[in-house]
Amino acid sequence: MTNEAVALTGWGLTMPTRAAVSSISSAAELAPLLAGVGNRGVIARGAGRSYGDAAQNGGGLVVTLDAINDVEVLDDGDVVAGAGALLADVIAPLLARGRFLPVTPGTRFVTVGGAIAADVHGKNHHVDGSFGQHLRWLDLVVASGQTQRIGPDGSPDDVALFHATVGGMGLTGIIVRACFGSVESPTDQMNVDTYRCADLDSLMSQMVEREAGHRYSVAWLDGMARGGKLGRGVLTVANHALTNQTPTNHALSGGTRPTESQLAMRFAAPRINVPPVPVSPLNRVTLAAFNEGYYRAAPRVRTGQQVGLGSYFYPLDLVGGWNRLYGSRGFVQYQFAVPDSGAAVIRQALERLSSIGAPSFLSVLKRFGAGNSAAPLSFPIAGWTLAIDVPARLDDLGPILDELDDAVLVAGGRLYLAKDSRATPAVIAAGYPRLDEFRSIRQGIDPAGIFTSDLARRLAL
Amino acid sequence: MTDALARPTSLLILGGTSDIAVATVRALNSPVLRRVVLAARPSERRDAVVAALTGSGMRGVEVVDFDAADTATHQALLDSVFAQGDIDYVLLAFGVLGDQTDFEDNPDHAVEAATVNYVGAVSTALRVATLLKTQGHGGLVVFSSVAGERARKSNFVYGSTKAGLDSLANGLADSLHGTGVSVLIVRPGFVHTSMTSHLPAAPLSATAEQVAQGVVSGLRRGATVVYVPAALRVVMSGLRHVPRAVFRRLPI
Repeated sequence: MTNEAVALTGWGLTMPTRAAVSSISSAAELAPLLAGVGNRGVIARGAGRSYGDAAQNGGGLVVTLDAINDVEVLDDGDVVAGAGALLADVIAPLLARGRFLPVTPGTRFVTVGGAIAADVHGKNHHVDGSFGQHLRWLDLVVASGQTQRIGPDGSPDDVALFHATVGGMGLTGIIVRACFGSVESPTDQMNVDTYRCADLDSLMSQMVEREAGHRYSVAWLDGMARGGKLGRGVLTVANHALTNQTPTNHALSGGTRPTESQLAMRFAAPRINVPPVPVSPLNRVTLAAFNEGYYRAAPRVRTGQQVGLGSYFYPLDLVGGWNRLYGSRGFVQYQFAVPDSGAAVIRQALERLSSIGAPSFLSVLKRFGAGNSAAPLSFPIAGWTLAIDVPARLDDLGPILDELDDAVLVAGGRLYLAKDSRATPAVIAAGYPRLDEFRSIRQGIDPAGIFTSDLARRLAL
Repeated sequence: MTDALARPTSLLILGGTSDIAVATVRALNSPVLRRVVLAARPSERRDAVVAALTGSGMRGVEVVDFDAADTATHQALLDSVFAQGDIDYVLLAFGVLGDQTDFEDNPDHAVEAATVNYVGAVSTALRVATLLKTQGHGGLVVFSSVAGERARKSNFVYGSTKAGLDSLANGLADSLHGTGVSVLIVRPGFVHTSMTSHLPAAPLSATAEQVAQGVVSGLRRGATVVYVPAALRVVMSGLRHVPRAVFRRLPI
């Protein structure tokens, strides 16, 4: 176990706070650590990929479990992994057996513990739901220092604690190990169809039309297009390829599939890293050009293209530390979900942000299937979700996002806690009507409230 | 803690009735602000400030009795404010201007001004710095003045108190580097407020609202020093290097 005081931020690089960080290498180290926690409390931190302050705890203790990263794939395809394992570490052993993650976010550099705490979703949400819905069980170290193995079946108290932990942002205890299912992926390739759409309406109608028959679906939007081009974008839908049309990839191994060690190298850390930049190269001019180029480079329609699984799921993982491109003042990722009846909020959000010329590098629109209704703080609800990156340095950003919050709530939607860095307690409480249920479970398992974070304090969770 | 846009959820204003402090509180208001602690001596003016802020829809306005000169009371008072929740920004906004002629005629008055402006600042700033370090985040906003950059014969007592305050804040800013706590030193020129209404305005003067905007933008940029108006940075840089024989004769 090591201990040092460091300033921590989330992936958005905003609002640093200083905490003592303890890196533990076994769950047994947690009991004495928790017994000695002061009044500023403790929170677990995974790979630091939540955008705001979910994994920081100013003046308190932050625990990292990077060393608890063992991965085992069972005969039936289930995975047992330490909470500190990255999804990147799970992909190679799974693919080598013709399997893949049941759910993956847009980066493979999140930990298993973090994926559970945020109940992450992926491009297959409309078919497969969120990560927490594929869990068989998880081991949670609770405030008393004891480890509880909990899952979707068991005593009512255990089941309630399990569902509160899924999407619970680490506030019920420290996840140390989990078992989750996987899906079939006979090759390491994806069959991808691409549709370029000239405006928001055509994009959204294409998304609804194409979601049946495709396990994966996601649209990139030109967040800077205005007027008649507002919301233009590129929809990609995909399925796992059953046969590999590009077997030359595996000439080295001589088989139909690369070996596990070849796969491990392919999905390891990025080879290009962005150094800290004093002045952000992302501004209205460069990003308008990037968005224009990206849009124009996409084919109007292309079906049956075979793409490597890594470049389909993780295009941004190619460049390490891309978050630094927004400069030292960092950025905000605004992500909300609204039911189908609230689809107009998507247009409103794009209009408001493009009206102030917010330079957006990444805007992503997705369909959501039914939410993980058992988990009170799980984010997805059936309908749409939009995520937009904007630099925190923009002057008018605060009032515009506050106004969009109201529109999201009126439409019956909510914000994503793993992305939030600027909402109010009232906006979160209104978006998550079962917050009180979560609070009472948390109160029951941790009466002294030792598990807390900057996010929990800021949003009075 | 503040949000990603440097908007505070909580404020403590030491000297909570000054025009500049009130304008700054208004400028820092947003939907995320939910606690505003005004620390000042009991007075009709304090009551009026509370009524005005609350009346304009600000939530969570509290009042505590605070006397900058009564340093023996500071620790208990600050401890109790922080015990009720984190404070994102502390505004060190108390101070008296006084009158140079009066100071020269009644040195006791000069000592009183020095006690409030400098001794009170030493007492509060050091205690606040420790409390902010304990919570692992926060900012201290110190209202200094260009009068402290080079003392002028027309108000050198006031100028010297601000020089001491400014120097304290400068050193504190460096000592807090890497602790998650920051210091913002605000150096306005002549500001049109009730404290200066009896005086003729100087060149490059500002309103309390302009000072408040300077604070907001300084906090968002993570600056350590802001001048209001910004042009004063250049002017003061020049004035610091004017030969004494000339400086003495300047009508300032």
